[in-house]
Amino acid sequence: MNAVIAPPPPEIAVPTATQPRGPVVIDIENISRHYIMGEETVHALRGVTLRIHRNEYIAIMGPSGSGKSTLMNMVGCLDTPSSGRYEFNGKNVSEMNGDELAAIRNREIGFVFQTFNLLPRSNSLHNVELPLIYAGIDPETRERRAMGALQNVGLGDRLHHKPNELSGGQRQRVAIARALVNNPSIILADEPTGNLDSKTGEEIMALFESLYQNGHTIVLVTHELDISRHARRVVHLRDGLIESDNVA
Amino acid sequence: MKRFLYELTESWKIAAAQMRANKTRSMLTALGVIIGIVAVTLMGTAISGIQIGFDKSMSVLGEDVLYVEQWPWARVDDWWKYRDRKKIKTEYAEQLNHMIAASPNSNLVIAVPTSSFLRSVKYQDNQVNNVFVLGTTSDFILTSTVDCQEGRFINEIESRGGNNVCVIGYDVADALFPTGNPLNKSVLINGQPFKVVGVNSRQGTFLGLFSWDSLVVIPLPAFKKYFSAKSESDIRVKVKDKTKLADAKDELIGLMRRVRGLPPEKSDDFTVNEQEAFKSTLDPVKNSIAVAGLFITGLSLFVGAIGIMNITFVSVKERTKEIGTRKALGARRQTILLQFLIESTALCLVGGFIGLFFAYLLCLSIASAFPSFPIHFSLGLVLISMFVSVMTGLVSGFAPAWTASRLDPVTALRYE
Repeated sequence: MNAVIAPPPPEIAVPTATQPRGPVVIDIENISRHYIMGEETVHALRGVTLRIHRNEYIAIMGPSGSGKSTLMNMVGCLDTPSSGRYEFNGKNVSEMNGDELAAIRNREIGFVFQTFNLLPRSNSLHNVELPLIYAGIDPETRERRAMGALQNVGLGDRLHHKPNELSGGQRQRVAIARALVNNPSIILADEPTGNLDSKTGEEIMALFESLYQNGHTIVLVTHELDISRHARRVVHLRDGLIESDNVA
Repeated sequence: MKRFLYELTESWKIAAAQMRANKTRSMLTALGVIIGIVAVTLMGTAISGIQIGFDKSMSVLGEDVLYVEQWPWARVDDWWKYRDRKKIKTEYAEQLNHMIAASPNSNLVIAVPTSSFLRSVKYQDNQVNNVFVLGTTSDFILTSTVDCQEGRFINEIESRGGNNVCVIGYDVADALFPTGNPLNKSVLINGQPFKVVGVNSRQGTFLGLFSWDSLVVIPLPAFKKYFSAKSESDIRVKVKDKTKLADAKDELIGLMRRVRGLPPEKSDDFTVNEQEAFKSTLDPVKNSIAVAGLFITGLSLFVGAIGIMNITFVSVKERTKEIGTRKALGARRQTILLQFLIESTALCLVGGFIGLFFAYLLCLSIASAFPSFPIHFSLGLVLISMFVSVMTGLVSGFAPAWTASRLDPVTALRYE
C-alpha cells in the first residue's frame, strides 16, 4: 500500500530489552505552561517530562482539564512552554519564534484534527498540496506528491472532490494524506475519530496502524479508551502532570 | 523567493475563490471603490482637460512674444499706481523697431502695435456684436500663431495705406457668412465698409473666457481714422530666441525706458508682460482647484477603502479557524499577511477596473454631450487609477491582514 510515503530513513536504533526503540524525536523535559486569565493564573501543565522515539505509537489520554490539549499544542509546536525544555530532533524548540515554529510544523509534524480542518472551497488535491506550497515546492512536484498521498489513503478517485462532496471518513483520509505529504517526523492526531461513527473510526484507526507498521511515529490524543488501545504506549495526564506511562 | 512566488499565486487563487464564494458581498464592497475610482478618475480627466485647455490658450499668446502694456497681467494690489501711468502709444513700435534695427545683437525681432476696441460687425442682415477689432500692421502675423485658412493676411501696402480691408476670425466668418464665401465681400465695421481679404483658422477660446475667433483685424491707420485718434495701443514684441526670454525682456525694458526718456532713478511706467506671467498667476489657482478637487473626490475613495477594510476584518474573523489550520500546516506570519492583503487588493482592483470602465463611458458621453467641456482621458490616468486602487487595497487591507498574521495558532484553531 505504501509506495510514495517513504518510511523515515533507518537510523541506528538502540534496542534494549524493555525499550526496542529508535532515536529520540521528541524530548520534553519538565515543561510547564500557565495562562493568565484576568486575576487568576491557570496552570495547565505543571512539569511534564516525556520522551518519544522514532516509530512509536503513543496515545496521550486524560479527562478534559488534564492538560492534554496543552501538551498536544506543545508537542505540535503550536505553543511554547512557560518553563522547561523541549527539543525536537535535537533542535531546541522552546526558544523558537513564530516563523521558526511554523517551519518545524511544516516539515516535521503532520496534523490530523478532530474536525478535519479542510479548506471547504478547495478540492482534495489542493488541500493536500497546502503544506507543500508553504514548503516552497514547485507545482509539478506538489501535484505528484499530493496525488501519491491521496492514493495511499485510498482516495485516488476523489482527487477533485471538495470536502462537502466527501463522507466524514473520506474527509479524514484527505486530512491524513495532507499530514503525510511532507514526510513528517511525527503524525499528531487530535481525537481523529471524534467526529466519525465507530465503523468509520475503526477504518481510520486501521489506517493509522498501517502507517505505524510502515515506520511512522504517531502521537494520538484522545479521551476514548477504545481508541487509545490501538497505541503501543499510553500516557495518562491528570491535573497537568503525567499520572501513568505504560508500554503495552 | 520561489516559496514567495508560490504563496503569491496561492493568495491570488484564494482571493478569486473568496470573491466567487461571496459574490454579493464582494460586489457591494467593491461598489465603494467603484464610486471612488469613478469620482477620482473623472476629476483627473477634468483636471488634465483644464490643463490642456490652459496650455492651448497660452500657446495662442505665444511663448516668444512680449507684450508692452500699461497694466501687468498679474493681479496688482496698488492699482492706483498703474492707473495713472501714461498710455502706451502706437508710435513706440516704430521707435522700438528703429532701435532694434540699430543693434545687430538684439534679442528682439520686431515690435508691432495693436490697438483694439469692441465693435459690432455686420454683413447684410447678419450682425455680430462685441467683436474684438484689432488695428495693427502687416507685421502682426509674425507675432501671432494665427494663420489664414482662406485668403491672406493684410499686406504691407494696405497696412501703410490704411486701406479698408480686414481679416476676420473664424467665428465672425461663421456668423456673417453661414453659407457663402466671405472673401472679397464687404462687411460693415461700426458702419464703415471693409473688404474681407482673409479668414483666420479656428483658435478656440482663451480659458473659456472669450474667443480668439471673434476677431477682426484691420490696418492701423484705418483703425485710427474710424475708431480712435488717440493712438493708444499695446505693443507686441517678437523675441528671436525663446530660450533667452529673460534677456530679451531686460533689453525691451531698457529700450522702452529710452523711448519714455526715463532717468535712472525713476521706476518703469509700463509693464512688459509675457505668457509666463499669466502662468505664474494662474498656476496656483489651477493647482489649488486640482488639489481641492482631488481631495474631495478622494474622500469618496476613502469611504470605499473603509468598506474594504471592514469586509476584510469580517473575512479574517470568519476564517479564523482556517487561519489556524494554515498556520498549523506551516504558514508563516507573512504568508497570512500576504493572503489577506491580496484579498483586499483584488477587491480594489476589480472595483478599480469596473470604476475605470464606467469613468471611460461617462467621459465619452460627457464629451459627446458637451464638446466644449474640458475632459481628457489618458493612459497615464488609467495607470494612476490602477495604482491608486492597488494602494487602496494595500492600505485598507493592512490592519486586518496584520491582525490575522498575528493570531495565535492555538486560539485560532480552537475558534468556532
